Amino acid sequence: MMMYVNSFLFAGFVCFIGQMILDHTKLTPGHVTTIFVCLGSFLDIFGIYDKIILWAGGGALVPITSFGHSLIHGALERANDFGIMGLAMGMFDMTSVGIVSAIVFSFFLSLIFEPKD
Amino acid sequence: MEKNKYKHLVEKHTPKENSIYNGLVAFTIGGLMGVLGQFLLELYSYLLHIPTSEASSYMIITLIFIGCLLTCFGFFDKWVHFAKAGLIVPITGFAHSMMSAALEYRKEGMITGIGANMLKLSGSVIIFGIVSAYLFGLIRLVLMGG
Repeated sequence: MMMYVNSFLFAGFVCFIGQMILDHTKLTPGHVTTIFVCLGSFLDIFGIYDKIILWAGGGALVPITSFGHSLIHGALERANDFGIMGLAMGMFDMTSVGIVSAIVFSFFLSLIFEPKD
Repeated sequence: MEKNKYKHLVEKHTPKENSIYNGLVAFTIGGLMGVLGQFLLELYSYLLHIPTSEASSYMIITLIFIGCLLTCFGFFDKWVHFAKAGLIVPITGFAHSMMSAALEYRKEGMITGIGANMLKLSGSVIIFGIVSAYLFGLIRLVLMGG
């Protein structure tokens, strides 16, 4: 049960920071999501984001920061075995699920649906 | 003169209140998205008898599918107006940016429209994610040996 509270707090906190950036600067939502992805991969240099995932569970996996985290996490896992080449080999190990499903769903759904305005 | 002063005062004070309100809304909606993610994580690991680390893929697929479908029906744009960062920062925002670009350019054909423009909005997320992950991965590899 504690996991749900932690999820709520962490995911809410990330979104709150995003909203503050949107309100107080001239950056667009595109900038904000890009900043968060870079932040997620930055936090994995010292393995901080892994600890956050252990603490907050799903709440840490839902924000876009987890995208950056899983990019670098997969890359580092392969890099343990293959050195620097492993970085390129393992980059999509964990994120391919998200990217591929997003591309496939949007492709087929865009064939079916009309844009609503 | 008095009116202008008043207008100036109003302008000075309205965005500040909105900012706190927007922040709270984003906090609540984003938090609920996190709770939904945790719920789906436990649901899938219970239904499919898999560890939560594997269930996270199913959870992400589900959220992306929901985000795409809601964008198609036109609900998502209305909700983003209300929730703002609460829906943009979670992975649904990533799905939304891809889906809306695909929908917008579908008139221009499959290849020059959907194919060429699908990553128009979400491409920056993927590209900066990869570049930063490579850079930070390299730093960690050199400094700490993996």
